[in-house]
Amino acid sequence: MAVNRGVGDPQVTAAPTFSIYRALRLTETLAVHVVVLAGGLFFAFPFYWLIITSLKTDTQLFIWPPALIPSPVELKHYGDALEAVPLVRYFFNSLYLAVLNVLGVLFSCSIVAYAFARYRAPGSRVLFAVLLATMMLPAHVTMIPLFIVFRSLDWVDTLRPLWVPAFLGNAFFIFLLRQFFMSIPQELFDAARIDGCSEFGQYWRIMLPLSKPALTTVAIFQFQFTWNDFLGPLIYINSQDKKPLALGLQDFYKTQATVEWQQLMAASVMMVLPVVLLFFFLQRYFIEGIALTGLKG
Amino acid sequence: MVKRTPILRSLRARETFWFYVFASPWILGFLLFYFGPMIASFWLSLTNYSVLLPTRFMGFSNYSAMFEDDLLGISIWNTAYYAALAVPTSMAAGLGLAMVLNRGDLRGRSFLRSAFYVPAIMPLVAVSILWIWLLQPRFGLINTLLYFLSIKGPNWLGDPAWSKPGLVVMNLTGVGINMVIFLAALQGVPTQLYEAAELDGANRLRKFWHVTIPMISPAIFFVVVIGFINSFQVFTQAYIMTEGGPADSTLFYVLYLYRHAFNYFKMGYASAMAWLLFVVIVALTYIQFRLSLRWVHYGGQ
Repeated sequence: MAVNRGVGDPQVTAAPTFSIYRALRLTETLAVHVVVLAGGLFFAFPFYWLIITSLKTDTQLFIWPPALIPSPVELKHYGDALEAVPLVRYFFNSLYLAVLNVLGVLFSCSIVAYAFARYRAPGSRVLFAVLLATMMLPAHVTMIPLFIVFRSLDWVDTLRPLWVPAFLGNAFFIFLLRQFFMSIPQELFDAARIDGCSEFGQYWRIMLPLSKPALTTVAIFQFQFTWNDFLGPLIYINSQDKKPLALGLQDFYKTQATVEWQQLMAASVMMVLPVVLLFFFLQRYFIEGIALTGLKG
Repeated sequence: MVKRTPILRSLRARETFWFYVFASPWILGFLLFYFGPMIASFWLSLTNYSVLLPTRFMGFSNYSAMFEDDLLGISIWNTAYYAALAVPTSMAAGLGLAMVLNRGDLRGRSFLRSAFYVPAIMPLVAVSILWIWLLQPRFGLINTLLYFLSIKGPNWLGDPAWSKPGLVVMNLTGVGINMVIFLAALQGVPTQLYEAAELDGANRLRKFWHVTIPMISPAIFFVVVIGFINSFQVFTQAYIMTEGGPADSTLFYVLYLYRHAFNYFKMGYASAMAWLLFVVIVALTYIQFRLSLRWVHYGGQ
């Protein structure tokens, strides 16, 4: 055994220089923490900046070097922003879209995934391959004809083009849920069937309750996507009272004669806050969901 | 035997029936929102379709017109430039963070993981507006920090040479997603492999190069493929922060496509552009898959 040992093996050299090793190790640990702290600052600082900028007075905003802590703290920009643009209206439009989209994908994707996970039918394999292929198609290819379709339905400048498609499935979520459903033992469904449970009942009473973590992941992704989506509202919405936050915020920035930074930051805080709160309550599902998609890729 | 066949057939028929009932929302959605629009999009790309004028069939002239469109060339160059910087930086930063967070001697790992991840889920519109402020030449945070390092910061979004690098720096806010993917991959590397490498006298660099990289290569591959697909479709930042400027330096492909479709109402030309984007993405992804056979190792192979 000793023959195989390398020259630098700690076991061989550790005894005489033990304290040096310890010191080196300690320095390294310290260095790692310093690096992480610097990285943490790089990421956290911009958002600290977002919040403090929304609380600064006009004179504080343009002093150099910039003040790290606003004093006095001025809350009036939040009120001013609410007065300048219908932020509450935007907020509820966003919420309305988010809720409908989440309900839509939860229902449509779970039931379609159930079909792909549980049944074999002529054509089901081909359809699954088609499903996977649609994930490759960039949204920009279908964007223009979809606009023409929704225009002919007279749906432009309504919120419908932004939520109706969710009720007809999303390839990525169907794939994700199908993979999860495949891991649930078949015997459960056989037993239920023998007990006289209907096909829909097996989906509703067995599959869905057993799939809460996967469904939560899907709901979170969709909420985040809808809340953050900009291109969709940009194409379809013109009226002030139908804009969701993403479009309203952009509009607020573009229509100001002189940029009111504190008000803009205050409005941004109001848009960012729901996503951050959601994250802190449902962290586990966010992280697991991302890791899941990464590994399946 | 004679009696069983119809029962079996009816069982199979029942399964087929329920498959199509349950799959019908997606089948309908596929026909309405994918297949139909795809065919329509291809047809549109062969016409001069516009909301304003009568439609006329033009053959492939939209496609040949692309070769003479100088702005299109600029937008392709800008997009390639952005992707070439944004993909490696966000991959390296994500991997670096994940490796640091994966260390056993680090305190408060889950807190840090969240701190790095939160910026990645922020709405891009809000992030864009924040970064206009952060990249301000005089009072912006970035140039203030550079000043303390005795570097004179550029006029990021106002200078054609620095506008794309500015957007690449901003893109690092989203690195938390890559970090989480890499962290999951790193945690899946068996410790025996490192122990075996140590016994063979491998130093850190060698362990990283010969154990870590091959073992997490599927995650690297995933991050690179998705990174390119996303970078090719960069739109919101440029639309909000720079409107394609200064001097068309951030006129990205999808922004140019959007302008043709919804500002100039040249939907035929825009459809042809969308198909070119699709072909490029598919080709690039295919090349990456082919190359991946040489360097990506999946478990069990």
